[in-house]
Amino acid sequence: MIRPGHRRPGGTVASRPAGAPGRGASPGPADRTEDGGHVSRRGPLPGRAGDAYDVVVVGAGVVGCAIARALARYRLRVALVDAADDVGEGTSKANTAILHTGFDAAPGTLEAGLVRAGHRLLTAYAAETGIPLEPVGALLVAWDEEQRAALPGLAAKAARNGHHATRVVGADELRRREPHLGPGALGALAVPGESIVCPWSTTLAYATQAVLSGVDLLLGCRVTDVVPGPRSGAGAPHRLATTRGPLTARFLVNACGLHADGFDALLGVRDFTVTPRRGQLLVLDAYARPLVRHVLLPVPGPLGKGVLVTPTVYGNVLVGPTAEDLDDRTATGTTADGLAGLREQGARIVPALAEEEVTAAYAGLRAATGREDYRCAAHAGLRYVTIGGIRSTGLSSSLALAEHALGLLAECGLRTGPERPLAAVRMPNLGEASPRPCRDAAAVARDPELGAVVCHCEHVTRGEVRAALASPVPPAGLAGLRRRTRAGTGRCQGGHCRPALRALFEEYGKGAGVR
Amino acid sequence: MNAPSREARAVDVLVVGAGPAGLAAAARLAARGAGRVEVLERDPEAGGVPRSCGHPGFGADARGRALDGPGYARRAVRAAVRAGAVLRTGVSVVGWAGPLALETAAPTGPETLVARAVVLATGARERSRPARLLPGTRPEGVLTAGELHRTVALFGPRPERIGRRAVVVGGGSTAAHAVRLLRRAGVAVAAVVREERYAAGLGVPVLAGAAVTELTGRGRLAGVTVRDRHGGSRAIRCDTLVLTGDWVPEHDLARAGGLPLTPATRAPLVDASLRTGVPGVFAAGGLLHGGTPAVRASAEGRTAAEAVWTHLNGGA
Repeated sequence: MIRPGHRRPGGTVASRPAGAPGRGASPGPADRTEDGGHVSRRGPLPGRAGDAYDVVVVGAGVVGCAIARALARYRLRVALVDAADDVGEGTSKANTAILHTGFDAAPGTLEAGLVRAGHRLLTAYAAETGIPLEPVGALLVAWDEEQRAALPGLAAKAARNGHHATRVVGADELRRREPHLGPGALGALAVPGESIVCPWSTTLAYATQAVLSGVDLLLGCRVTDVVPGPRSGAGAPHRLATTRGPLTARFLVNACGLHADGFDALLGVRDFTVTPRRGQLLVLDAYARPLVRHVLLPVPGPLGKGVLVTPTVYGNVLVGPTAEDLDDRTATGTTADGLAGLREQGARIVPALAEEEVTAAYAGLRAATGREDYRCAAHAGLRYVTIGGIRSTGLSSSLALAEHALGLLAECGLRTGPERPLAAVRMPNLGEASPRPCRDAAAVARDPELGAVVCHCEHVTRGEVRAALASPVPPAGLAGLRRRTRAGTGRCQGGHCRPALRALFEEYGKGAGVR
Repeated sequence: MNAPSREARAVDVLVVGAGPAGLAAAARLAARGAGRVEVLERDPEAGGVPRSCGHPGFGADARGRALDGPGYARRAVRAAVRAGAVLRTGVSVVGWAGPLALETAAPTGPETLVARAVVLATGARERSRPARLLPGTRPEGVLTAGELHRTVALFGPRPERIGRRAVVVGGGSTAAHAVRLLRRAGVAVAAVVREERYAAGLGVPVLAGAAVTELTGRGRLAGVTVRDRHGGSRAIRCDTLVLTGDWVPEHDLARAGGLPLTPATRAPLVDASLRTGVPGVFAAGGLLHGGTPAVRASAEGRTAAEAVWTHLNGGA
């Protein structure tokens, strides 16, 4: 466990004792507590020059964090680096928060297999670590005869993807299962297993477990250049120039998401080009939650995929995404047309949604590459693995994708040695399906701060905020705090609690490498 | 500390919200002898919105001296406590446990309270940026006038806590107070943008009949695009955007309790004596019409108190 007492000036959190080997002789849990990785956001990088990492994973989104966690099972020296000052700052924080079964993937693709396996793995992992997940199931709603006629074909495609439990339901059953649907719904394909999940907790759980198991998490660290080691001979490592100084790595993993092609280019690899596809999303007030019971998916047609309406684990409703192909990889702004369109389309699917206030609006970019599949490759001579083109399914496939990445690293010559157990991790509950801490009499009796509500919209307490600020991967600012606690994500969007949260951050968030 | 108990504790009247309306209702009921009158306030201090409004406009004290918000709040709190009402701060009402029973959360533990009457005085808030469907990036530096007031109340009138150059959206006294507060805090006001077509003398440029249509900037707000009254667009550089007015009722409990709502405002529907559609539940103040001046909210609190009194004594 990384304790506050281990913090060093300059924002460094607990590193291994100087001179001690990276891995203790006994890999038991007790050893692990003294053996957590280093987390920092600024200042010089840890370790001595020439002390190469076995593997450096570039990109701390949901996929990079999952890969780092998978590598943490072995006695390897691993660093997870990201240009942003927190994990999950790109596509991983702005998506539809759905754990897909892979029923509608292109059969036979890498993506289809990994989403299917990832669904199973993440469902189990969520139960083990306390990540909020609700298997509400999906309904692909047909609004015209053409769409209804397409449903059996979609069921057959699902079967080819190994999902045999889908079923076409008629208008009456559909209306019973989803009574607030708008007029004109003719039927649906019911897809059990499609789940809603907390994407923030998922990324953070991977990162936390990786760090507790010895991975160094280097944030605010943009890789600007790579001098590859010689192609022959495993001796000389890759040399990376970063905004925080040099790093050396025997093996490299590209998990750069939207920037995967740019990173490939640093190593002279040119396999694909990323086209950012923007998805704008609206979050509707929690009052809308009783209006929507399933993930309501559109039937894909000639006019594209259309928008979905889904509940979230936080107890509100999401409408989106739009699909706009852009050039700018930072264009995460919303547009007037986009927001108005989502408002209208949401109200067509569930008319009562029009009555509810918008709680939040955001846009995320998914990494499209012009192919209906991932772009994963082992560049054996370079001791380099690219995990690219993850599009919109990285959350769903992340745990399986991490195993796939280990396989690609093995192809590149990485010898991992025997496995050891990962440090245990338990995430604070951000979901509405379980009781919030402030209503848990025993918890509040133990820590009265868990009864002191500071964010009134979402019932987040001072105790939860303080715990997040003292956690192994603490937030860099109020935005990171939101994703760790829900504080400020409610209907007033922090208008009431932000001054108090700022004061708490300044009191308890110091020394966490926070700018 | 009391051991947390889920047994319902009985009181006579529960007032939710210790702002001007709730405090006035509690003071009147306690003075009347309504029994145990308990006021539940989610914030650490009682007084409501006036607490952070350091400007006059809150009536006058007994000697005719003009009161500012904090002065008004202190008097309202004192009046309720002296009358015998029990004021509990840092207590959040999180839902209903029955027709006249509320569930609370507090550092002393969760509790269920049952009353003979409930007065909802939960106030209103200004619509947030997303609720206004304001497109663009999501930078820091966008806040409501309420947040601006709370920021200054907590950290003092310091530009490093707010920004250097602000655009204020909205009309009426809320926008005027925001402009004055910004300037007192050393924040330049680049413009006031409002849909209304009047340009009052605020001492800053007022764009009437105009609206903010987009936000720009990463990390920190860099500027806003404004559509003027002739349909033209212009960019205004600013690092702070203050959204004022555009009130929505804090009607969480009203909705959770199944109270009939007024369609236009979604505030609880009340009759002339401020009874809601659910027997024994009353409402007053900003919850009914956002942005209510404190003096009017407190008059409403007293009106509701009379209706509660009638209810407690077997009337309708």
